[in-house]
Amino acid sequence: MEYRIERIDRGIKARCEDIYALLSLKEIAYLVFPRFFPVFAILIIPLLRSVIGEYWEKVFFLTCNLAILSISLELLLSIGLISLGQALFFGAGAYFSAIFNNYMHLPVALSIIAASVCGGIFCSILIFPASRLRGIYFTIITLCLPLFLFRIIEVTKILGGTQGISLSPIGNYYLEMYIPSVFMLTFLFGIRRLMGTDCGIIIRAIKDNEFSVMASGINVYAYKFAVILISATIGSFSGAYTAHFYQFVGMSVFSLDYSIIPLTCVLLGGSSTFGGSVLGAFLIVPVSEALRIFGTLRIVIYSAFLILVLLLLPEGIFHYIQRKYHKIERWKRI
Amino acid sequence: MLLLIIYGIINSSIILLQTIGFGLTFSISGIPNLSYGALYILGGILSWTFLKHGFPLWLSILLSCAVVASSGFFIYWIFLYRIRGAVLLEVIVSFALGIAIIEFLRWKGFVTYEFSLPALLKGSTELFGIPVDFQRILIVLSSFFLIILLYLFSHYTKLGLALRGVAQNEQTALSVGINSDLVSSVSMMIGSGICAFSASLILPLGIISMETAYDVLLVSICVSVVGGLGSILGMLLASLIFGFIKTAISIYLSSKWMMLIYFISILFVLMIRPSGLFGKLKQIEERI
Amino acid sequence: MEEDIILKVEGISKFFDGIKALEDVSFHVKKGEILGIIGPNGSGKTTLINIITGFLKPDKGKVFFKGKEITGMKPYKIADLGIVRSFQSVKPIYHIPAYKNVIIPLCSKRIKRLKGGKYGRRDEVAIDILEEVGFERDSKIPYKNTDELTHGYLKRLELARCIALQPEILILDEILSGMSDAEVSSTVPIIEGLNRRSVTVIMIEHRIRELFQIADRIIVLSFGKKIAEGHPKQIIRNKEVKRVYLGA
Repeated sequence: MEYRIERIDRGIKARCEDIYALLSLKEIAYLVFPRFFPVFAILIIPLLRSVIGEYWEKVFFLTCNLAILSISLELLLSIGLISLGQALFFGAGAYFSAIFNNYMHLPVALSIIAASVCGGIFCSILIFPASRLRGIYFTIITLCLPLFLFRIIEVTKILGGTQGISLSPIGNYYLEMYIPSVFMLTFLFGIRRLMGTDCGIIIRAIKDNEFSVMASGINVYAYKFAVILISATIGSFSGAYTAHFYQFVGMSVFSLDYSIIPLTCVLLGGSSTFGGSVLGAFLIVPVSEALRIFGTLRIVIYSAFLILVLLLLPEGIFHYIQRKYHKIERWKRI
Repeated sequence: MLLLIIYGIINSSIILLQTIGFGLTFSISGIPNLSYGALYILGGILSWTFLKHGFPLWLSILLSCAVVASSGFFIYWIFLYRIRGAVLLEVIVSFALGIAIIEFLRWKGFVTYEFSLPALLKGSTELFGIPVDFQRILIVLSSFFLIILLYLFSHYTKLGLALRGVAQNEQTALSVGINSDLVSSVSMMIGSGICAFSASLILPLGIISMETAYDVLLVSICVSVVGGLGSILGMLLASLIFGFIKTAISIYLSSKWMMLIYFISILFVLMIRPSGLFGKLKQIEERI
Repeated sequence: MEEDIILKVEGISKFFDGIKALEDVSFHVKKGEILGIIGPNGSGKTTLINIITGFLKPDKGKVFFKGKEITGMKPYKIADLGIVRSFQSVKPIYHIPAYKNVIIPLCSKRIKRLKGGKYGRRDEVAIDILEEVGFERDSKIPYKNTDELTHGYLKRLELARCIALQPEILILDEILSGMSDAEVSSTVPIIEGLNRRSVTVIMIEHRIRELFQIADRIIVLSFGKKIAEGHPKQIIRNKEVKRVYLGA
């Protein structure tokens, strides 16, 4: 007796396919719920400070920033550039912010904006030449660049060396908490929108078959540079903002954490759905905070976890949940 | 001036010795052995351990090379063999292994001044009026002989030719009956063994510290990229260039700026000539 | 007569690690003609195309398009000039609907230049082009994901991608291979139709019968060298060609 899985759309999904969906409250709720609930939840959390406690508020803050880094990574992945160096964007943004704020005494808002832009351009210039090589070299180089900067700052003691640089605070608590989450949602929806346009088709096509796109008259290098630039700017924003939040930047902004956690989030969440990496971030970052007791062995745990995820849930958690939400599964006799 | 030349050669040999193992594995089997730095430190620590147990120094070094070489071999068969071809996984897994080893050693406590390897040859002499210690001369001679040995090995022995065959065209090599997995694991073995050997020779010049592991990895990658992957001549030339730059900087500035030089040179090479000095990478190639 | 020549290839040689892929190949293509390139496997046909379209740099020799040298230009720039090629091993972009594959060339600078802003919506234009190559408009086929299409459709999709770029020279690398006879007899008229609209066509083919029916001139390559050139009728009688193909 052999069985196979049969997956059919749920009744309610089938009913939602056309305009009659608007007739029933239940159907409207079915459609609206997955879209609005997470956004609502994210926007509410900063207000619940007394319930959640300060420690978890900080975790929420970290999560939003790592979610931004995950989105940045996923954008690079969708054009086929596998980067292990999000820490480069994060650290560059943080240090530029420190330079603008501490050395040049710019006000906080201006310094964050300037740092995002400068960090974006700086990192793009560093990374773009490597993107012309085969994938493996790009990956290794992106892995090494943050390590290099970490060691350089540690050894040459420029930019504050091991002491770090301090920055002015943001001030308003609500501003502090809302900016990362609002920006994260903006980036998320903005990039989803981008990927839905014709540009998005070209970006994904470059990942699949670069030569075919080149033969169709498209300047692939320009697209790659643009994607790297956007990705780097978003990442740098995250770094610049975090630097101001903690009022301090040190070499640790280039640490592997900021490269590996976004990667884990993206792979867990499932690629090509930017929402998945955000979901992954909200699952993984709290867990990672709990794992701090293990010290630097965390990275080993992540890698093991990564491999497990790749083996067991290759489609990613976002697709998995989507599938469960929209379809019923049954075992059927053959 | 003489100081520059002599110590330039010495530093170049040190860099070359540190890079050969990594470059070998990478150019032959395409495996980026990112646990290279960890294996380097492991080699040093194992030599120290064997020494502590009473073995003579030369035997300790030999044993540590054997252990690290076989670790390289086993790393391939346990971890990398299943994921050959999955670029991302190869990089992550080898890097994670490296970190695991480094952090394990750090946790075990190998981080103070007590841990240093004695030099194989003690004492020093004068070369054209410049004081040079014997250990450094040994390093120069070793790297020299190693390069010659590698050249002879890869051009004249059966195994060596097999390694080159796989390096040039893996599929053809497979079709002629060369076992690509075996060749890759052997290349990892040789690379790791050389790595431990170089660690045992070079670490006596300083102390054993975990940061060295990261440094060695970064330097090896830099030299391989600048020299061009797949080319022994490129590695040689790049080591010479960096060695002389390092010496010059140590004399006139301070050696701490060397990391910055490595960083800038990688970026520079990628912008101007991505395949490196003598690299054999073809950038755009239609593959049907 | 010089104004007639739209593409000129002079003395192209290419070595791969000691193997001579191409040796001193020269020929020219007249505007509006259909040129066929034939030769046994490994004779260097695709390498030649790669060099003409910029995917490879030749070791020796030059390529001229309308009198200007284009040797070694980047592939997308050459496509921008109007030289469009198809790929022998069909690799469309998977997991997206077929018509989206055709949208990609429509986004290129060339189309923006040629059509200004007045081309209409890209997906509608894409469906029109697909209809031209034989995708039935009213069926669901243009909207199917590419991994669900049969080989014949994939080949025609590749042709559509090339047509969408409004080429001046269309280079087809074994476009008819793997197609059934019915598909071939519906594709050949499309190529002829393009040619009538003054598109110069270069076809690499193994299906000699169909090629010889529509080609104006044939070039034969063997082991990287050009061994014959002429009208199809002359080539059929050429002893050297017969020897190379049949080993007689």
